[in-house]
Amino acid sequence: MTSLLEQPGYDEEKLQMVAEQLLCREDQAGLLLSLMGQPQQYCYPSIFIYGHQASGKSHVMHVMLKELELPHAIISCVECVSSSLLFELVLFSFFGSEASSLLPRSPSLSDFVRIYRQQCLQAPATQTRYIVMEKAELLRDADANLLPALLRLQELDNVSVILLSEISWDKFRPNTGCFEPLLLHFPDYSKGDLHQILSQDSHPKYSDDFYSSYINILLGVFYTVCRDLRELRHLVRHTHTHTVKETDTHKLWRNIEPHLKKAMQTVYLREVSSVQWEQMQQMEEKEAGALRGLSAHTHVELPYYSKFLLVAAYLASYNPARTDRRFFLKHHGKIKKTNFLKKNEKTSNHLLGPKPFPLDRLLAIFYSVVDSRVAPTASIFSQISSLVTLQLLTQVSHDDQLDAPKYKCAVSLDFICAISRTVNFEIVKYLYDFL
Amino acid sequence: MSTTSVSKGCFVFKPNAKKKRSLTAEDYFTGCSGRAENSKVRFGICQNLWDRIKSETEALQDELNRNVLDSLLDLARKCSSTHRSSDWASKMRASEIPTAALVLGVNVPDHDMTFQSLSELLQQSVTPHVASVQANECATLKHLMKKVLEKLTGAVVDEEDDDEEETEQMSAQLHRSAHCSFSTLCDWYNTKTRKSSSGTPGKKRSSPSKDEPPRPPVVIIFKDLEAFNPKVLQNFILICSLYIERLPLMFIFGIATSPSTVQHMLPHSVSSLLCIELFQSLSCTQHLATVIDKLILTPQFPFKLNAKVMQVLISIFLYHDFSVRNFIKGVQLALLEHFHSRPLSVLCCEKKEAVQNLLQLSHQDLERVRQLPSFKRYVEELDRQEQVSLSSDDGHLKDVCLKLIKKLHKYHKNYYPVLRCLHTLTCSLPRYPLGKQIRELHLICLESNVWESEDYQSALKLLKMLAKDELISLLQKCAEILQAVKSKKMKRAFVQLEELLDKFKQLDTAAETVSSVEEIVTSPVRNLQKKTDLFQLQKTLLEMNESRRSKRLSPFEVLRNEALEFIEGLVKNHLFPPESQTLYEVCYYSSSATVRRHLNATPRTSVQAALSSPYYYIQNDKLKAEDGSVSNAAPDICIAYKLHLECGRLINLYDWLEAYSTVVSAAEGKDPDSEDFGKVDEVKHARFIRAVSELEFLGFIKSTKQKTDHVARLTWGGC
Repeated sequence: MTSLLEQPGYDEEKLQMVAEQLLCREDQAGLLLSLMGQPQQYCYPSIFIYGHQASGKSHVMHVMLKELELPHAIISCVECVSSSLLFELVLFSFFGSEASSLLPRSPSLSDFVRIYRQQCLQAPATQTRYIVMEKAELLRDADANLLPALLRLQELDNVSVILLSEISWDKFRPNTGCFEPLLLHFPDYSKGDLHQILSQDSHPKYSDDFYSSYINILLGVFYTVCRDLRELRHLVRHTHTHTVKETDTHKLWRNIEPHLKKAMQTVYLREVSSVQWEQMQQMEEKEAGALRGLSAHTHVELPYYSKFLLVAAYLASYNPARTDRRFFLKHHGKIKKTNFLKKNEKTSNHLLGPKPFPLDRLLAIFYSVVDSRVAPTASIFSQISSLVTLQLLTQVSHDDQLDAPKYKCAVSLDFICAISRTVNFEIVKYLYDFL
Repeated sequence: MSTTSVSKGCFVFKPNAKKKRSLTAEDYFTGCSGRAENSKVRFGICQNLWDRIKSETEALQDELNRNVLDSLLDLARKCSSTHRSSDWASKMRASEIPTAALVLGVNVPDHDMTFQSLSELLQQSVTPHVASVQANECATLKHLMKKVLEKLTGAVVDEEDDDEEETEQMSAQLHRSAHCSFSTLCDWYNTKTRKSSSGTPGKKRSSPSKDEPPRPPVVIIFKDLEAFNPKVLQNFILICSLYIERLPLMFIFGIATSPSTVQHMLPHSVSSLLCIELFQSLSCTQHLATVIDKLILTPQFPFKLNAKVMQVLISIFLYHDFSVRNFIKGVQLALLEHFHSRPLSVLCCEKKEAVQNLLQLSHQDLERVRQLPSFKRYVEELDRQEQVSLSSDDGHLKDVCLKLIKKLHKYHKNYYPVLRCLHTLTCSLPRYPLGKQIRELHLICLESNVWESEDYQSALKLLKMLAKDELISLLQKCAEILQAVKSKKMKRAFVQLEELLDKFKQLDTAAETVSSVEEIVTSPVRNLQKKTDLFQLQKTLLEMNESRRSKRLSPFEVLRNEALEFIEGLVKNHLFPPESQTLYEVCYYSSSATVRRHLNATPRTSVQAALSSPYYYIQNDKLKAEDGSVSNAAPDICIAYKLHLECGRLINLYDWLEAYSTVVSAAEGKDPDSEDFGKVDEVKHARFIRAVSELEFLGFIKSTKQKTDHVARLTWGGC
């Protein structure tokens, strides 16, 4: 195994340590190491590593840089809300707090380069410095000159930038052109790999063999739906309690199958939190049904007129405006559906999703739907905006547009049916799709 | 003002500091009504009452939320303890951020108080590090980070030393350096915990097992989760999860709709970083019921609302906002209005105080008493001599009023227990003839004599069909209610009810007689089975009915009727509407229109009223017009509005201008036959343009591209 991680200039023992921690990623680590060369040698200016979630990108980089004690800065791009934060973090981890305090208030890229140069003269690099950018896809939203500059940062000093991302490089390439980084792909873990990794952190109570057979069963159930290592680990944590009772490998399967199935419905979807799941396990079967997941609570209590406003909004969103006459006018005459069917309306409006409607139409429908006379008070209007903040309606037009704002209804048919049932309003009769 | 200067010139006089005394609430209160003495007393009473109501409702709110808040605090404590322990299970959970999803209902205005008390409780008992953020101040991730950092670090500085300058310096530093990152927060947190642990060496010695300093969690409260930008929230959570190892973070999400919004807002990759636990607060309708129970349905507060005002407040709650806070605000408004507008409200206070105030009433006030409709009614029923003495002798009037006030207090003392009794009896009847909630029954009773209503009759009929054990348990509940009341009449009623209950219990011993009665009843039914003729059938059914009516009642039925008669007697004696009481005006606020106008404003209607009849607002006699038309002399915008009502959907601007100029010329008194009558000059043109743009600003018209030189009327503009 160690043959892969052989590189002159590094301590043998440390390499051994690294190899132990990087299960199933030896190939990639070896390749990286050979790219990096000896500590004082120049590395390739920029390396781009991509692969799916939980394929060990960050893990490999963390372990290698830490164990081999190379100067490095690991930066998550989510955290860098502004580029100044990024510069600060880089300077701080290479040169300490004095350097980072030299940056002006809102530094530009050239400020960064200037100070970096300055510091380099004082403390020239004896080893290659590494900047690791996690979630590099967010760099695309940053200043246009940031990514190209990072890619050729080596022109300043012995420094390499390693970008980690879930997206392939093709989606990054800025249209002004840039220095091409070296691409490196991390493939997904195979089933065998997953088994090997999961068996590693075995519970101290059990023998390794027993634990590994348990993992095998678990993978058999979940591998078809989920290959994410993080998620699988989460599941292992929450189902292991059942194995406590059994020590015989053969009986194990029969015993834990129902629990695994239940876990598939709840824990995997994060319907219940891990603490609640543990409590549920302690309660045993008798009361377990009482605990409901997050999505079970969909009932929303609303004031009376808000309900009608929501119903009116739903009708306005899913009925074509031409048909309002038919639904809300008393003497509309007999208009058959076929008469006003347009070609493109033959498909169900519910399949097409909600359509925007102006405020006037909403109010017109509202007044004809509510059975009593309602004064157009300020609170009716404020209810509309509070429905928007509750995300039951969405405002389509821009916030600044005061004149004739447009909305969309953002609730499902089931939801609106439940709402209209509480106010004794048969919404299905008023929907064009169900005519 | 004069100067000592010899030369002429401009002099600046600075106003005296003394003169610039700012007006207090009391000044506003007493300012309008001329007589200061009385209004000061009234203001005192009003203030006192409001303070009591306020503290009562706040206590109530805390009480109601206690369960939820306690379990939240437990979670926070647990989260701080699990971070330290190192067993297998908790080690694996460490990467998740503990999160409480607190479902509070759609009454968003009420949430502030809940969060306020929540953060206070957290700060008192769990951790000093609490930051609560609102969506409207965190539009971007940067703002959110800044707010969180400011609230966490700034608040602590406040706590440590009261020197304000340092706080400012601290926050200024925070602003100056772009150090708005979580690593700053981590450093801050570490120094904080280290400092606090070294600061209390005594405590540390007492617990030698822990060599680590205590790590109180850092709680971040998102007050309105729905309003947050999902992208911002996702990124924030991602960042937090990077630091969870170093910083014991905890989130509290305030959710207004349903918990599934968490799943709508956050993708699986983000929500998997959270360990969400659900907490449900009390529903707002229940909250309102308790508030009404403690605030309105009690003789404790002398101030009362009449049926219409109650109706307005409750319908605002149910139809519009579900907000208990707004309900209480409504009560406050009514309270202020009552004490402000009615001089006689000095008598609306506790009995002792009222008596005192009564003795100090001036002649003018006594005249006001004489003018009260309820008092007039009372006087009419008296004999001639008494009438004369009441209208002329102030001293005698005071004596009578004293009696009447005492009677009013007694009425209240008896009214509420009986109302509760009637409610307990009727609230579980099928189809709720007298309402499910006690407030509905209260409204019925406030409006009219409850025993005359049809619903009451049907409720009584249903009560007469109750089974024995049900009736007994209901009556026992009534007895409990009556027992707690300290009033002679209620005590007597309680004794009577106890006797009745005893009789019910004795019935069990003498149960044999019932069976014999049943036999008599069943015999005609048996006959019925043989007959097939329709006429005969009808006959037997009629007979059966007769026999049932005439048949001897079982002892239980006799007793049941007796009990219900007793209840009915109570109702008839005590549940008459307050309008029947003399001097009720003193305690009852009745102007529902004022409350409605203030709380449920109709901006469009008032704008229209102002435009179509400017006299209401300007109070200029010239503008008075009889038949709903607008006089020529009205402001330009009113004329333009009036003219635009006559047009169709699209209005030709030129025609409109012509019409306008004709009307205005008539107002100027020009001769209609002269040549330049109705001619558009520059001034008129300018005035017209201004009026039109004002109308556009108010939203009655808008410019359109459909036709040149036209504007479009908006749907809800007029009619």
